[in-house]
Amino acid sequence: MSAIFKREFGSYFSSPVGYAVLAAYMFFSGIFFYVQCLFLGSSSMTMVFQQMFFIVLFVIPLITMRTFSEEKRQKTEQALLTAPVGVPSIVGAKFLSSLAMFALCLCSYLIEGIALSFMTQPDWSVIIGNVFAMAILGSSFIAMGLFISSLTESAIVAAIVSFVLNVLISIMDTISGTVSWDVLTGITNAISFQKKYNNFSLGLISLSDVVFFVSVTFIFLFLTDRVIERRRWA
Amino acid sequence: MSNIPNSSFLIPNLKKEVYFIMIEVKDLTKYYVKNKALDHVSFSLKEGEILGFLGPNGAGKSTTMNIITGYLSSDSGSVKIDGIDILEEPKEAKKRIGYLPEQPPLYNDMTVQKYLEFMFKLKKVRLPMKEHINSICEQVKISDVKEKIIKHLSKGYRQRVGLAQALLGDPPVLILDEPTVGLDPIQIVEIRRLIRDLGKQHTVILSSHLLSEVQAVCDKILIINHGKIVADELTSSITQTGSSTVSLELIIEGRRQTVHSILQKVDGVIKVTDKGECERGCYEFRVDSRRDVRRLIFRAFAKTDFSILSMRPVEQSLEDIYLDIITGKSDTEEAS
Repeated sequence: MSAIFKREFGSYFSSPVGYAVLAAYMFFSGIFFYVQCLFLGSSSMTMVFQQMFFIVLFVIPLITMRTFSEEKRQKTEQALLTAPVGVPSIVGAKFLSSLAMFALCLCSYLIEGIALSFMTQPDWSVIIGNVFAMAILGSSFIAMGLFISSLTESAIVAAIVSFVLNVLISIMDTISGTVSWDVLTGITNAISFQKKYNNFSLGLISLSDVVFFVSVTFIFLFLTDRVIERRRWA
Repeated sequence: MSNIPNSSFLIPNLKKEVYFIMIEVKDLTKYYVKNKALDHVSFSLKEGEILGFLGPNGAGKSTTMNIITGYLSSDSGSVKIDGIDILEEPKEAKKRIGYLPEQPPLYNDMTVQKYLEFMFKLKKVRLPMKEHINSICEQVKISDVKEKIIKHLSKGYRQRVGLAQALLGDPPVLILDEPTVGLDPIQIVEIRRLIRDLGKQHTVILSSHLLSEVQAVCDKILIINHGKIVADELTSSITQTGSSTVSLELIIEGRRQTVHSILQKVDGVIKVTDKGECERGCYEFRVDSRRDVRRLIFRAFAKTDFSILSMRPVEQSLEDIYLDIITGKSDTEEAS
């Protein structure tokens, strides 16, 4: 499992993808930080985290798009699946390497926090809490991205589909405002990522929201495992 | 519970006496949607044997290999590697297999060295890594490209890196899907020699649509067509099956009709085929007979003033047998 993790994580930096993702994420995080904190003279990074939500939607499909689709296209999955490794550890290793890549992106907040600390006393508990919140939000999106990637042979298709899915799930509460049927409103509210994430960014970390994101992650990792396992029987 | 020590005594003894079956394939059937890709394929291989897997494109060679290695699953039937079922204990079974798929599974963005190190760890090999990888690179002659990125390698080198990957961990079973495709003639000879050497300690299955390759390398041949095994024999015996009749090819100078009738009158000759004029006044004939008739033919022509310019016995090649089997089977299938 560690071998797959290392190879996968290394592959982000043997192609431009890793650098591009990192640069894009840090660029936007830097802009929002400049506007919200430096320009407006605030020591609270809450708004930065809220605005970064949409950047996460874009960035994660780029991190996950190649995970399984590329293996299939290059036929390297044959090596993985005929090695003495179970499918769950393959999926797990790929998930962890994507999460590690995303964690690198999250380092930008620490840099910004340090920058703030030269001028004022930043609220580290809010920053750490938000980084944690973004990490578990990210892990749900990553699991979804892996699942989409396992369905197709094309990295581009995987990126587009997971991006659409991410946006759709995130704007659920906007949609729920327009339907009058209570049941549907309830459902859309229940699966809206943004509402739960915004609670986090305000510093409200509730167990039920954490459980929600963790469950979504596990459900999609399980589905990915099933997709790969099932292909052998097709 | 008291008899457990006894049974552990027995097992090593058993291994010595029984000729060990390394690969046992039983009744494999596989459907792709509605197409029957494999139809009750069964065979077994003993330790140290090399099996050649022959058949036209799409006959089911790769499918069978993918099932043996656990990449695909079958709809029915079982595969046992060294007595271990690939579905029941996949990890243990897979440890014993080195697999070179039709398209070598290479990560284009890695160097050869890094790739082999990755595969080494992936396969959980318990050997000293550096030395082991170095010795395999020597064996398949890729030591000089170890630091190159796989993307930049030629087809022949890619194939050899794929082979190196299969050899990692020294697995007792090697499954090679068309190992010589894309290699130049010198490399082909080298790889064949390597496979022969490997066959001394490993059990090898290799697929090919080149008959000469199978004839040169393998102990056993399995011919598969439309997902069915149509021939399963030793290489030596399959080439002899046609030898109940002896065939000669003759070039004779003389009058066509007369030569034909003289040949036909020779004792033991079953059939004479006129193959036409090859040089001016010289004709080519093929003579099928029950026994060796070369001396009789010589004496028959010694009485005339026609001369025998050439006389050559024809061995029925694997190629003929293969074509006979493949086309013969599909003919009968079409008829039914």
